[in-house]
Amino acid sequence: MSVRTGSARGRLLAAVVAVTGLALAACGGAKVGGGGGGGGGGSTASAVAAGSSGSTTTTKCGTVTLADNPWIGYEADVAVVSYVLRTDLHCNVQIKHLTEQVSWQGFSTGQVDAILENWGHQDLAKQYISNNHVAVDLGSDGLTGVIGWFVPPWMVQKYPDITNWKNLNKYASLFKTSESGGKGQLLDGDPSYVTNDAALVKNLHLNYKVVQGGSETALIQSFRAAQQNKKPLLAYFYSPQWFLNEVHLVKVNLPKYTPGCDAVAAKVACDYPAYHLNKVVAASFAKSGSPAFTLIKNWKWSNQQQNTVSKMLAVDKLSDDAAAKKWISSNKSVVDGWLKGT
Amino acid sequence: MTAHVDQGDPTAVSKPDVSAENTRPTVSPGRRDPDVADISVRGLWKVFGTARTATRVPTTPELAAMSRSELRDRTGCLAAVCDLDFDVAPGEVFVVMGLSGSGKSTLVRCLTRLIEPTAGTITIQGEDITRMGDRALRELRRNKVSMVFQHFGLLPHRRVIENVAFGLEIRGMSRAERMRRATEVIELVGLDGYQQSYPEQLSGGMQQRVGLARALAGDPGVMLFDEPFSALDPLIRRDMQQEVIRLHREVGKTMVFITHDLSEALKLGDRILIMRDGRTVQVGTGPELVGAPADDYVRDFVREVPRSQVLTLEWIMREAVPADDMSGRELAPDVVVRDAVRAVLESTAPVKVVRDGRLLGVVGDPEILRVVAGS
Amino acid sequence: MARAARVYRRPGRLTLLLGILVGWLVLYAVLKGTDTISLAPSDVTSLHTRLNDLNTSVGDNRNSNPFFLYFINEIQVGATHFITFLQNLLSQPSGTRPVPVVGWLGVVVIMTVIAGRFGNWRVAVLAAAGFLFLGLQGLWQPSMDTLALTIAAVVICVLIGIPLGVLVAQYRGFERVITPVLDLMQTMPTFVYLLPLTLLFLIGPATGVIAMVIYAMPPVIRLTAHGLQAVSTETVEAGRSLGSTRPQQLAKIMLPMARRTIIIGVNQTIMAALSMVTIAALVAAPGLGQTVLQALESQDVGTAFNAGLAIVVLAVVLDRVTTAASERARATDHARTRLRADPRWRRGADLVALIVTAVAVYLSYTYQLFAAFPDHLAIGGTRLGLDLGTHIESWTSSATSWAQRDLGSITGPIKNGVTYHALNPLQNLLDSSPWWLTFIAIVATAFVLGGRWAALIAATCLGLVVGTGLWQDSMDTLAATLIATVVVVVLGVMFGVWMGRNARADWGIRPFLDALQVMPAFVYLVPFVALFGATRFTGIVAAVLYAAPVAIKIVADGIRGVPAETVEAAGSSGCSTWQVITKVQLPMSVRSLALATNQGLIYVLAMVVVAGLVGGGALGFDVVAGFSQSSLFGKGLAAGAAIVLLGIALDRVTQSAARRAGGHVSHRAT
Ligand SMILES: Nc1ncnc2c1ncn2[C@@H]1O[C@H](COP(=O)(O)OP(=O)(O)OP(=O)(O)O)[C@@H](O)[C@H]1O
Ligand SMILES: [Mg+2]
Repeated sequence: MSVRTGSARGRLLAAVVAVTGLALAACGGAKVGGGGGGGGGGSTASAVAAGSSGSTTTTKCGTVTLADNPWIGYEADVAVVSYVLRTDLHCNVQIKHLTEQVSWQGFSTGQVDAILENWGHQDLAKQYISNNHVAVDLGSDGLTGVIGWFVPPWMVQKYPDITNWKNLNKYASLFKTSESGGKGQLLDGDPSYVTNDAALVKNLHLNYKVVQGGSETALIQSFRAAQQNKKPLLAYFYSPQWFLNEVHLVKVNLPKYTPGCDAVAAKVACDYPAYHLNKVVAASFAKSGSPAFTLIKNWKWSNQQQNTVSKMLAVDKLSDDAAAKKWISSNKSVVDGWLKGT
Repeated sequence: MTAHVDQGDPTAVSKPDVSAENTRPTVSPGRRDPDVADISVRGLWKVFGTARTATRVPTTPELAAMSRSELRDRTGCLAAVCDLDFDVAPGEVFVVMGLSGSGKSTLVRCLTRLIEPTAGTITIQGEDITRMGDRALRELRRNKVSMVFQHFGLLPHRRVIENVAFGLEIRGMSRAERMRRATEVIELVGLDGYQQSYPEQLSGGMQQRVGLARALAGDPGVMLFDEPFSALDPLIRRDMQQEVIRLHREVGKTMVFITHDLSEALKLGDRILIMRDGRTVQVGTGPELVGAPADDYVRDFVREVPRSQVLTLEWIMREAVPADDMSGRELAPDVVVRDAVRAVLESTAPVKVVRDGRLLGVVGDPEILRVVAGS
Repeated sequence: MARAARVYRRPGRLTLLLGILVGWLVLYAVLKGTDTISLAPSDVTSLHTRLNDLNTSVGDNRNSNPFFLYFINEIQVGATHFITFLQNLLSQPSGTRPVPVVGWLGVVVIMTVIAGRFGNWRVAVLAAAGFLFLGLQGLWQPSMDTLALTIAAVVICVLIGIPLGVLVAQYRGFERVITPVLDLMQTMPTFVYLLPLTLLFLIGPATGVIAMVIYAMPPVIRLTAHGLQAVSTETVEAGRSLGSTRPQQLAKIMLPMARRTIIIGVNQTIMAALSMVTIAALVAAPGLGQTVLQALESQDVGTAFNAGLAIVVLAVVLDRVTTAASERARATDHARTRLRADPRWRRGADLVALIVTAVAVYLSYTYQLFAAFPDHLAIGGTRLGLDLGTHIESWTSSATSWAQRDLGSITGPIKNGVTYHALNPLQNLLDSSPWWLTFIAIVATAFVLGGRWAALIAATCLGLVVGTGLWQDSMDTLAATLIATVVVVVLGVMFGVWMGRNARADWGIRPFLDALQVMPAFVYLVPFVALFGATRFTGIVAAVLYAAPVAIKIVADGIRGVPAETVEAAGSSGCSTWQVITKVQLPMSVRSLALATNQGLIYVLAMVVVAGLVGGGALGFDVVAGFSQSSLFGKGLAAGAAIVLLGIALDRVTQSAARRAGGHVSHRAT
């Protein structure tokens, strides 16, 4: 037998020893779905799938899939709701990072059980709720949404009349950038967000160009830099948003919203409406009788509460679970209300 | 070899047809009696090119008569094999020779329709293979005809024994049985002990023995060789030629052997067909070719051959004249010149060439010296 | 007259190009702003509306139309089941279990054993280390999601691709039909198939996998065909002469002999599939791609880099293992290794490996510790942190914040310089000239560079672009692409010449190029967004970084390919180094230069489009918006078509130009 084979045998031996060692180490370790045992040299169950320590063998809840849309407030919703679902109701929670429209599409493919924070989207509601009957409106989640154009506070001090849209053309040259092609720049966020900005610019005859920032973070960083360095900035923004607590952005008043003034997307020439954000769930999920459904039906919180959690996530960089745990520990009664009937 | 054929089969006559009137031997024809031949080829054509034009060539007399280059210029088709006729007798070793590009490989592949002939008939052991369906053709290849290739064509991912057993495996023979048979054949070709090697681990000569064993494994009646030894160096080539001679003696197959090496052809071949640009130039035994080349092409071919080793006495004898001293020794007409040199030169009287007690002619010093000095 | 004219030398190509440019500029100065075709971001043309209607009607009839019911939906459902199955196995909670069926220990051991069995012990160690590293990065679950997607895509590619490769090898006609399709599959920016795919298959992992399959399938088809065609005809003839049937020839001769080449094809398919994971995440495919995309959203360089690194680790492990396997499949090695190991010993080893795997899988099925990768180990009283990922993230983040803080004074001016002095003027020239003027100028340029055919193709493509209604956006994308390509070619020549002439430089630089190529393109975007903001310039920088390695490698190989004797001859006749480079080495590698330009363009276009996500705007943005706003779906689809048209035009023109320059550009390496 050659040296090579000898060493190969050595390797095999090592492998056997290693596996046996691991097996021994595992003795007394927590078993999957078995309620867990003592520490015996390994980590305890809490190291696994945070929060699911000692999960029960059977859960009547099963798996819940939540859509997670790309803004921090929504992430706060998901953090808290999914934490409660997992720890109190022992659900398996799957979180899908999707844009708004895609989340709706998920109802028809069974990819999504619930949207926690829906901003309007009447067309989608018509398609998926009224026509296809694959989704159900679960009513308000307690949040009120505002969308609009904002400027940093220093600009309002320096140019008090800037908050009237009629004066925007006067200041257009202030907002010129390398991207705006000689016009003023209006910075937009994620391409998936609800927006009429391009139509507004056109229909209000503003000498501006919509430039895509690409994300919520891009907007926040731009505003922060603008306020710090006293640089002009006009951008799309919205509330609830924790950042409004850090920098008190001022909304520019566009022509007043009247019901129906935004009926034709390309003809819009009025401000955004106030959004009463709501919950939407898949029809099959609503019929499942799952305690998760009851919880989501009961779930409701305020802009202020959401902002608190958002800030923990975005500024304090807590993980979703840590933030949820922290907030829940000081809001026990609110959570108990949600759990009623589950 | 010659001796063997002589005993073996009356139809495989490779001796010149010598009659009383005509002492000079005539060239033996390619065509024989097809009923007793193992392989019989008639009007075989292979024209490469677009199917429509190619099939027209053999049937259009004007095109069929054209030279290869003329045809190519006119039609874009390449006539690799043109109007070949020949028969191979059972047990005969039939050699096909020619320069590179003369169509030898194409010819030998047409014999089992590895290349589809354009026109003509090929009969092997009484069956017209040009009319066979796929299944019958496969059966023929599996059982009756096998082939040995220039670059061996072995499967590198299989061991020697698996390579040898490959043809049997394809027939669906059971594993145990084909391994037994393969082991036998491997012994026969002298590769015992290498059953478990991979082809890459063998020398070229040994690899070709594997190829040979593979061809023998199915126990075919006919074996085809396409320049099997030209990729080998000269010493190994000589070994392998001996090997083929030995195998032929032991198993007695009909063989069609392609080569472009004349000494190999002379050594192995009962008869030799010389091709040029797809056409037959001459068919005959070695001495026939050397003694009576049909044209300059053949003459060029045989120029380098040591004539004294190829020619027999009947090719150099002259008619006896009354002035001859008839006291010399008697020798048979098929004695090779080299072996007669001493006898002729030692005696003052010319040697008498005698068959069955009949005097055919005499050979004296001048005749011998002309051959020996000429070569 | 004509005869007299022929006496004069025809004007050189450079003169003609200059003439075109001057004429264009003059007319631009006069006609600027007239006859432009512009479309506001929220506006749509009737074509777009019709495509929207198509989308809606597909949505409404998805479950009644037989084409969908019995074909498209079947594929979608089948793919989804397959992926879900793999995810339950590897990454996602399965059934009532809060963890997947096979935990980390099982996966690590299985990978190690496979690597050892089909490769060698070195890659086995690499596989073990690599997969453990994924766990230590804190990315076990997304990594396994990515692995599951990749496995799904590669299995589908192999199941479809190898039979197709066999057909290609056997039928000339089929080869002629499929080759241009494969070319298109590989040159089309991956980004653009997403939207049409979502029309058919909706958003979700199935669509992600199908997109991966489209991009990753060509190598396995091409290499299977190549491997089969390369089997020596004599060997096949030998098989035929023994009376084998066609299936026998295929199964017993050709496929085994082509095995190594086929494995190389599978290797390239795996790499291509992995390079798609971030793109697939755009249609909600799970895994590391999601992590990268979210990091892009929150501009979190640390997270993006950590996840990108995980993709690189996966890629390196899978690449080395399959490469080792292909090497072993080479017949010579095959013979050697097989002989050395006594079959009985091998069988024993296989048995032991099987038992070890079974035990590991059982442990990882049963015990929490081996199921989900722990973030720390508590041994006795001491706590051993296993979260390497957090460290990687914070290191990277602090490095970028430093760069952002301290390089701001440099990056700002660079960005503005390029934008104001190159990008804006070019973009204005392209999109503010009357469209017909730009059209004529481009077609004329194509004619001068590539000849009649190139001009015809360019004219057709541009005509269709006009038809999409997205002329202005297309011209903006073209401007960014051209500028980035110029930079790529300059870098390619500089570094390529250096590496081609200096083996040490090559040795030092090549690994970085390899790493740059494996890192998913999106990961580049994140730090540059942090440095340059959401601007077109960011897209250009990312595109340059993405495309430069390819161009550099091609040029380096070309320079090295110049025969040493020729270079020596030049040196011995007294050429200076500069003269050797400019008069001998570069002219002799003109084919590589042309190929580098061609490939550079295609890579740049792909990336410039992706940069639409972060302020690049133009066509890329239209496509992204198409995913997320149903009213813009049609426009997104049209934008995808415009990207493909631009790509075809650029590809064909550079190819023809290359042929005229004396080289033939073969398509993306297979
Ligand atoms: N498949 C083919 N298609 C077209 N022409 C062919 C084909 N195969 C062979 N030929 C041509 O037919 C002619 C005869 O080829 P063949 O291989 O039979 O010659 P050969 O006598 O075996 O030569 P060599 O001694 O080099 O093996 C050559 O001119 C060759 O180019
Ligand atoms: Mg030949």
